Amino acid sequence: MSTSDNFDRTSLFETHQRLNARIVEFAGWEMPIQYGGILEEVNQVRSNAGLFDVSHMGRLEIEGPYAAMMLDRVLSVNVPKLRQGRARYNVICDENGGIIDDCIIYRRGAEKFLLIPNASNTPPVVKWLERWTPDDAQLTITNVTTQTAMIACQGPNSVEYLQKLTETDLSAVRPFRAIDAQVLGHDSFLARTGYTGEDGFEIILPAEAASDIWGGLMDLGAAACGLGARDVLRLEAGLLLHGNDMDTSINPYEAALDKFVDPDRDGYVAGQILRNIRDEGPSRKLAAFSMIGRGIPRHGYAISDGQNAIGEVSSGGPSPTLDMNIGMGYVPIEYSTLGSTIFIEIRGRPVEAKVTTLPFYTRRRNA
Amino acid sequence: MNPPDLKYSKEHEWVRSESDSVVVMGITEFAQDSLGDVVFVEIPDEDAELTQGEKMGEIESVKAVSDLYSPVSGKVIKRNESLIDNPELVNEGPFEQGWMLKVEIKDASELDNLLSADDYNSFLKSGA
Repeated sequence: MSTSDNFDRTSLFETHQRLNARIVEFAGWEMPIQYGGILEEVNQVRSNAGLFDVSHMGRLEIEGPYAAMMLDRVLSVNVPKLRQGRARYNVICDENGGIIDDCIIYRRGAEKFLLIPNASNTPPVVKWLERWTPDDAQLTITNVTTQTAMIACQGPNSVEYLQKLTETDLSAVRPFRAIDAQVLGHDSFLARTGYTGEDGFEIILPAEAASDIWGGLMDLGAAACGLGARDVLRLEAGLLLHGNDMDTSINPYEAALDKFVDPDRDGYVAGQILRNIRDEGPSRKLAAFSMIGRGIPRHGYAISDGQNAIGEVSSGGPSPTLDMNIGMGYVPIEYSTLGSTIFIEIRGRPVEAKVTTLPFYTRRRNA
Repeated sequence: MNPPDLKYSKEHEWVRSESDSVVVMGITEFAQDSLGDVVFVEIPDEDAELTQGEKMGEIESVKAVSDLYSPVSGKVIKRNESLIDNPELVNEGPFEQGWMLKVEIKDASELDNLLSADDYNSFLKSGA
């Protein structure tokens, strides 16, 4: 990693420049938003394989006899029950039940975990973990974000391409599992996870090996893809983006993340407040919608019942895969049910939309 | 890349004179390239009155919404209906099949407020 004008650069920055990427500032990092065109990059991920530099995301190693217990106090899922080599999606809630971040937790050993927070949320997450770690706890939290790189290889051909670069049998690594492997001779951590709705791996590797593996996967046919395509893909797949679709003013029941929350554990710091919220039921809820009228919903646009504002679009945009315009946003619970008619205020005009279910897009799975 | 026979605005629209009183307009190569994949175009209907330099519509790419400004004053006599279902025409040929409006202009002297191709090229080089 290097730094220019206060922005961090990933170890793949020069690779992106060589590929003529359009670079933008994102969460304090200089990141590629697109290489060729966003629509073609989306198409590559849905039909072939795409490569994303996601090195800006946090990578926290949490290790020690107290690690499982501390994480169980802070994460929304049961951590002691998580088996070695497995991963779980979860949220980190504050004392009001608000979402500080959403993360994936990987168990790498009996006393060794890897937590992946969002780029800009890594400092608050570390602070929150430290707050719930007693001074005398046998536990270390090591931020390895800058000494490693992270590449997501996603799409129907992605596993085939990655398999050509490693002797480890990737077919044995099921979704939400992970394994240590050598990729082109580099020590790597391969996780069958992602943020696109496609099959694929997220690869964590030494920073200095990143351009080697990136180049190897491109030579096999994977297409370089930027943050623009990634945002379209995750919206189509119904995956939430922290900062848009949730933040500390939103609790996981409002965000319809119930199945990733186990509030009934002893010692869980947000347990009591989340049990109360669950038992009362949220008064507003995240609703997914597709446009009936002509127009593209965008983050921040008002949602109305045709006359009065009832909420706001948290994410929206065109879906090239489904050939329609889609979005999500928070509305009173009575408007959040399947088939409800709502209106998106686009440049002062209410445009009709219909509430649907997430995900918008589901990939075809091989049995 | 910017045809020499057209006039240009600093908002990256181009104007082609078809006769003394009729012009065709669209957005430039620079504008389409900056926008990226165009997915939505909203332009005024026939008979709409336009004023030079004022907002006349919107153009949306995958990630962004941008305003369109009219480079001339006048009345819309025809619009490119193909753009409604095929907004990508703007990317494919901003000076040709991606044209937007045909306009009967009010005052031909307004065209003097626009840039020549040479001046527009210099404007782009100066970091528009």
